[in-house]
Amino acid sequence: MSMTTKDAAPDPTDRTWTGAVRRLLERRLPLNHILPSRQPFFVGSWVYVFGVVAITGLIWVIGSGIVLAFFGPGWWHVSAVGRFVNSVHFWAVQVLFIFVVLHLWGQYFMASWRDGRATTWVVGVVVFVVALVTGFTGYISQQNLDAQWIAISAKDGINATGAGAFFNVLDFGQMYGIHVMLLPILVTTLVVVHVLQVRMRGVVRPIDATPSGGGTKPPGDAAT
Amino acid sequence: MSKPSSDQDTYYRGIPTVPYDLLKEIILAFVASAVVILVLAVALSSPDIAPVTIQAWAGQDPIDLVTTATSELAGTSFSAAYGPPYSNGSDSVQAIGPFAPQSWAGNAVHLDAAQDFVLGPLGTAAVGNPDLASALGAYTSADDATRQGWLSAYTDALGAASTQDGNVVVAKGNYGPVPVLMANLLAVARSGGLDAQLIAGGQFFATNYTRPLLFMGDGGYLAGLAESQHLLGSQWGMMNETGSYPGQAWLWLYSMWYQIPPYDTAPNADLLVVLTMLGLTLMLAFVPFIPVLRDIPRWIPVHRLIWRDYYRWQQTHATRPDG
Repeated sequence: MSMTTKDAAPDPTDRTWTGAVRRLLERRLPLNHILPSRQPFFVGSWVYVFGVVAITGLIWVIGSGIVLAFFGPGWWHVSAVGRFVNSVHFWAVQVLFIFVVLHLWGQYFMASWRDGRATTWVVGVVVFVVALVTGFTGYISQQNLDAQWIAISAKDGINATGAGAFFNVLDFGQMYGIHVMLLPILVTTLVVVHVLQVRMRGVVRPIDATPSGGGTKPPGDAAT
Repeated sequence: MSKPSSDQDTYYRGIPTVPYDLLKEIILAFVASAVVILVLAVALSSPDIAPVTIQAWAGQDPIDLVTTATSELAGTSFSAAYGPPYSNGSDSVQAIGPFAPQSWAGNAVHLDAAQDFVLGPLGTAAVGNPDLASALGAYTSADDATRQGWLSAYTDALGAASTQDGNVVVAKGNYGPVPVLMANLLAVARSGGLDAQLIAGGQFFATNYTRPLLFMGDGGYLAGLAESQHLLGSQWGMMNETGSYPGQAWLWLYSMWYQIPPYDTAPNADLLVVLTMLGLTLMLAFVPFIPVLRDIPRWIPVHRLIWRDYYRWQQTHATRPDG
């Protein structure tokens, strides 16, 4: 059963921090925002699917990555099953980035930061940047010729910033640990925050939308 | 169903809603992406060209390995003179005027190229090898000028070197003990011993490949293989993958700067490119607050295509007295 505003009416005797956080969440993130079953009719565009496909790509990346991490970095080089799992990981990363970029351009041309959604945009860009670093550390962690050369050629750019002193791309152990543990947690957390921001505020209205006053039947909708 | 909160009710007032099954959309997208990913994985597999070892380098291009090792001894190799974070040199320190962040964190790796890449491994190999021990003693006890004289002459001779049974042969000259040192280093490398020593660095567990990668990076053999796989920076290598597989195509903008002036010839190109990308990334993140950038979507009416149903609907209802 969904929580309504009435259910979440503040109890004047509840002055706990926990109660305050619960009331905030109930007010800003009711279940019917997280799991909506009706949306404004303009959401019926393929552009809105890009972000969803990117998330499913991320699910495949993380799932295959968990298997690769479990068996260790050398497994996929000597096992046919491992090679297949690595291939799933490889192509899922490609799908993820293709749809992240499509999602980003789509949201840009929709100016999706309007009407108080600027932080949603900023978090989305941060997700993109962290995903880039995650992909980069993954390529360095492949333990093959590509990984060797990427590390050697990338070191100069990183060293030029001073970051090379504590982010050593030639140190496989450091890159692998960051790739399989820290960055996936960060990406996943940021994606959850990003999605919750979208659900909390709802999708942005079309540019120059001039609402007509309600109750009008949209094209192709028999339910309204 | 329960109504949306008043915030969204207010925001969407006047815009009709339609049934929308979020979970169904996610599951269908998951299945569709699964089909694409699994088909690609089965049909095309994934790239995996085996890594190069120092052992393979010694076997395939011994002259290059010996030339590289000689430059490590002479302190003229890329790594030996690099500077932070590997050594105390300054050749690869990039700066824009007084702005040189590479120098801020100092020498974190403490690489001693001559000792780490050549003299240290030879010291281990000299156990039970009196000829090598003697040559090593002669080299380390000589003064700097004498050593540089040997190394300079030997480096010149390597330009016309040949190989015989896997060994490097140079014309006769005054090289001191250097040829003996290099012949033994080459033998250690061919046995795989140099890989092990540089990776382990005196420890049992090893995950840090800084030293072997720097050593191989100083030579030309690995770079030649990278070039054949179109991985060099001048080949947009940062976004490429071995073979015909897609690489990190999303790094195209980062790679592009290295191909165009003034970046392509700048001695501090890496710092310039990183700062350029940092600036562009910040601009992308703060698009909502930057005039012109945030207005472009209004000027280029892609949104008219995306929301064409909405605008058609709006146009129809805008003519109504109540609309």
